[in-house]
Amino acid sequence: MRQQAVAGHRSIDVSGLPDQGAFGPSGLIWWGTVGYMVIEGSMFVMTLITYFYLRLKVDAWPPSLSNPDLFWGTVNLALLLVSVIPNHIAKVAAEAGDPWRVRWSMLLCVVFGVVLLIIRWFEFGSLNARWDDNAYGSMVWCLMVLHTMHLLTDVGDTTVLTALAMSQPLDKRRYVDVSENGLYWYFIVAWWVPVYLTVYFAPRWL
Amino acid sequence: MGRRRALWACCAVMAAAASAASAGCAGPHHVFDPAGGPARDIAALGRLLFAVCTVIYLLVIAVLAWALVRRRTEADGSVETGRRLTRAIAAATIASTMTIVGLTAASAVTGHGLTSPMGPAAITVDVVGHQWWWDFQFRDVSPDEFVSSPNELHVPLGQPVMIKTMSRDVIHSFWVPNLHGKRDLIPGQVTNTWIQADRPGVYRGLCAEFCGHEHAKMAFEVVVETPQKFKAWIDHQRESASEPADYQERRGRDVFLGSPCATCHTIRGTTAASRVGPDLTHVGSRMTLAAGTLPNTRPHLATWLGDPQSVKPGTLMPAVPMSDADRGAVIAYLRRLQ
Amino acid sequence: MMPPLTFDPRRSGIHSRARGNGPAADGTAAERAALEKTWHVPEGILGWFSVVDHRTIGRRYLVTALGFFLVAGILAVLMRLQLAVPDNQLIGPDRYNQIFTVHGTIMMFLFAVPVMEAMGIYLVPLMVGARNIAFPRLNTFSYFVYLFGGLMLLIVLLLNSAPDVGWFSYPPLAGPDYTPGKRADFWAQLITFTEVAALAVAVEIVATVFKMRAPGMTLDRIPLFVWAMLVTAFMIIFAMPAVVTASSFLLMDRLVGTHFYNPAEGGDALLYQHLFWFFGHPEVYIIFVPALGMVSSIVTTFTGRPIVGYTAMVLSLVATGFLGFGLWVHHMFATGLPQLGLTYFTAASMTIAIPSGIQIFCWIASIWRGTPRFTPPMLFVLGFIAIFVLGGLTGVTLASVPFNLQVHDTYYVVAHFHYVLLGGAVFPLVGGIHYWFPKITGRLMDEGLARLSFWLLFIGFNITFFPMHQLGLMGMPRRVYTYPAASGWGPLNLLSTLGAGLLAIGGLLFVWNLARSVRSGAVAGDDPWGGDTLEWGTSSPPPVYNFLHPPVVEGPNALWDRSADAPVVTGLRTDCREVLITDVVDATPNNRYEFPEPSIWPFLAAVATSAMFVGSIFTAWAVPIGIVPIAIAVTGWFWPKRKEAAA
Repeated sequence: MRQQAVAGHRSIDVSGLPDQGAFGPSGLIWWGTVGYMVIEGSMFVMTLITYFYLRLKVDAWPPSLSNPDLFWGTVNLALLLVSVIPNHIAKVAAEAGDPWRVRWSMLLCVVFGVVLLIIRWFEFGSLNARWDDNAYGSMVWCLMVLHTMHLLTDVGDTTVLTALAMSQPLDKRRYVDVSENGLYWYFIVAWWVPVYLTVYFAPRWL
Repeated sequence: MGRRRALWACCAVMAAAASAASAGCAGPHHVFDPAGGPARDIAALGRLLFAVCTVIYLLVIAVLAWALVRRRTEADGSVETGRRLTRAIAAATIASTMTIVGLTAASAVTGHGLTSPMGPAAITVDVVGHQWWWDFQFRDVSPDEFVSSPNELHVPLGQPVMIKTMSRDVIHSFWVPNLHGKRDLIPGQVTNTWIQADRPGVYRGLCAEFCGHEHAKMAFEVVVETPQKFKAWIDHQRESASEPADYQERRGRDVFLGSPCATCHTIRGTTAASRVGPDLTHVGSRMTLAAGTLPNTRPHLATWLGDPQSVKPGTLMPAVPMSDADRGAVIAYLRRLQ
Repeated sequence: MMPPLTFDPRRSGIHSRARGNGPAADGTAAERAALEKTWHVPEGILGWFSVVDHRTIGRRYLVTALGFFLVAGILAVLMRLQLAVPDNQLIGPDRYNQIFTVHGTIMMFLFAVPVMEAMGIYLVPLMVGARNIAFPRLNTFSYFVYLFGGLMLLIVLLLNSAPDVGWFSYPPLAGPDYTPGKRADFWAQLITFTEVAALAVAVEIVATVFKMRAPGMTLDRIPLFVWAMLVTAFMIIFAMPAVVTASSFLLMDRLVGTHFYNPAEGGDALLYQHLFWFFGHPEVYIIFVPALGMVSSIVTTFTGRPIVGYTAMVLSLVATGFLGFGLWVHHMFATGLPQLGLTYFTAASMTIAIPSGIQIFCWIASIWRGTPRFTPPMLFVLGFIAIFVLGGLTGVTLASVPFNLQVHDTYYVVAHFHYVLLGGAVFPLVGGIHYWFPKITGRLMDEGLARLSFWLLFIGFNITFFPMHQLGLMGMPRRVYTYPAASGWGPLNLLSTLGAGLLAIGGLLFVWNLARSVRSGAVAGDDPWGGDTLEWGTSSPPPVYNFLHPPVVEGPNALWDRSADAPVVTGLRTDCREVLITDVVDATPNNRYEFPEPSIWPFLAAVATSAMFVGSIFTAWAVPIGIVPIAIAVTGWFWPKRKEAAA
């Protein structure tokens, strides 16, 4: 049942507007997603600034430890960049309302995510520093753990959404959720670039 | 009308209070009782700041009071009145901005003058903070050894003294209100400041950064004396401990060296050489005990040694168990260490 | 002669508003009944935990925050009793250090920010003409996280294990070497609780203000209180990550042996201060800016005219929000940082007085131009001006580095921040509570009690805190549990304690007035004051659906500018919780969105989150283990109910 016109008042009838929300900044969900992206982005900024603040206080960096091994971190970077592809497909498919493409591309995203988490596990082992060695070790682990937490929660998010997409008919609300989830994945990939450069190359270049 | 009278009463009270605040009175360790160059400059700046702020405050309250009680007219809602109000707000904003610029400039000029002393430093003092006592170390007296004068700093009158602050544990803050603003003691770094006193006397210093249980009882005395007296004092501080003069004092020394006391304290010339607690080589000549908490008298020393927790609950100095006779001997010995 | 309290707009000459949403209004009874059913607030025990309605959550935030305020107030009275005379033995250093730490921590994290959020949660949706706040379940989640964090602190206070290193908890004192045990960990984790809650509310406010405004409410027609809450929300979003970083680093140093603040291993004690104060300075504006919005609301209503200089007011709020991020080093002037940098921070710290000054000038101009009515809310606004301006001016003195070096960490600073926080935030808040109480409860607070409590609060406040300026100048440092008689600080401390007694009585009277008036206050009606913002255009308290027909706004003072046949929104569904989403700049209707029904999952997610937070104080394993129940709860939260898919 919809609200009717009111006697004695002009009215604006919104019943013709699309329901179940909208994609992007026209809709509400985008603002929540972007709000949290700004918050988490600020956390990354704070942590990166702190890394360099501590770096500038000492001469040797890393102090009395060796640089992190490049291999697993670079594999991670490459895989993350490639993962943008299925993510983009899922986002575009959701905005076009194509259920089959949404389902398989999201499944692919989940696979990528799980692989990335496994690689991340190996990365931690090849950092050549423990969090309790010194302040350098603490900062490196801090950056890695911060990013990993985001990776983990987004893979979790994506998995749940994929399960939903597989088990239930997709409607516009779900498509909007898929699209915003895709936005958050871009955020995670984008922040890996400065974190990667800082963790792996700041000790080599600075 | 009752409301108006109440309003003017409030204004009067506030004006009185404001002027009372700006009338700095004398008293121990008062910011407006400077005894040295830096504190004098700061006090002058402070008076300027208070004068300007008092005037601004009274103006704002006066205009508010007028706005509240004025007779309303028909023209109040007019566009012309709106424009006049906007112009008034703009003018007030510009005046505020110019005032702020002026105060910033005055502050910067004063600050710049305080960054370095007016002449070369006569001496340098390392101020080392501990929970909850101060170590004042004179290291440029002789190259091999330094003079440690815990909780009591002597400085020569009229000469700049460089201060280098450092901490052995947590953050403290070195503050002698009569002489200068404060400087934090931060573990892991050395920060610099300087003082210069131009009035002889004894000035109280305090710890001004919360540093744990007994932050409230971490004071020190700054003794400003003529350069000759200062030289005599520091020469005397370099000497080793006085020898005990009678049996009781000798017994006191033996008890001291054989008890846990010697594991924390230094008495130069004896085997006690630990730097955990204050250097006691000249403890008998200090004005206070327990970082400015107690006057240095026999009964107070007895209380401090017998039951430290009653003087400074949480202090890190334990109550070393010993018989009353032994304690009396230790006290006699310590009072010998002038 | 005092004007009557119940305001009749026809007599003042302001043209009447269309009463389209009041009880004797248009709209069919069937629509009303359908909306009642759809937006129904659940009852019963399970229902209490499942509520997603912004008014209920806002009331809960308000009551909880006021409860914490009382606790912190009691702690303050204890401090004043201990400091009343020199060498007092009433409270020893260990207990005293816990008391002042918890007093500050509660006031800053569990009272001041949440109470402003409470007012925002309750009022912003009403003021913008929406039926609920954006992300209602997140709102519920944030309340329970806040509540559990606060309860944790209260419990450890009662167990004599409260944090005791000051409300900003500097390492190394707060680090693993000098504060063994769990006290400082409880502090650090409390930060996490309150920041998670506050960040959630901030995101909701931004989304509500940007996307859910009534049609016609263009940017230049947004009420000043809503602008203030929007600026506050942005400040929360940019500032709180810094304190989460600071406190998390502290927790990790203490729990798992990291070295962020350990100078012996390349860490830095000052790093903490930078991170903390980068948050800490905006924090005080997060507390203060909503109060500025409340003052604007009160001044508008009780002068009977729009505020003079709306644009200047908005720009001042925004400028304050920005500038607040550039001042933090003024808390660190004594740490030995380079002089040139310090001068910048002096300039910035003095400059922020200017937008605040502009607001004061605009309010005084508004009072000058309008016809002030000396109702209790207006009295509190006048008290605010008298107290806050003084505090702001001592702030200008503190901005000067040389002078700061003398009075930093003394009672002068204690005086300053109580003047700006109590005067600048609590007085407007109390005025605001008197002002909006009729809207929230449908009843008026007792006017005589309100006036009495105002005078006691105002006089008691000044007697308590004014002498502290002098005490600071006399050399009394902060955070001392006692002082010697020879210091000369005794008489002023005694005076301050007596003032605190008056202040406490005034506070208790206010609370008594609140509690009593809920049951037996005079019935208020829709709009007892003649307000201009949309919340006064619906019943008191508002119906569960806020507005029968969402209004269309025709001017900056929504109710005063409404024409007789003012437009309303029609076409929204009444059988599900459908809301209207509009555009950011000009609020044109864009799409419709179905809001969630009441749900137990946000509460369960808050329980799981709190368990993980508390667990991680004791062991790092709490994080990987605790994440599992959180994941389950969040999945349950987002898993759609069956009927949604059919819609």
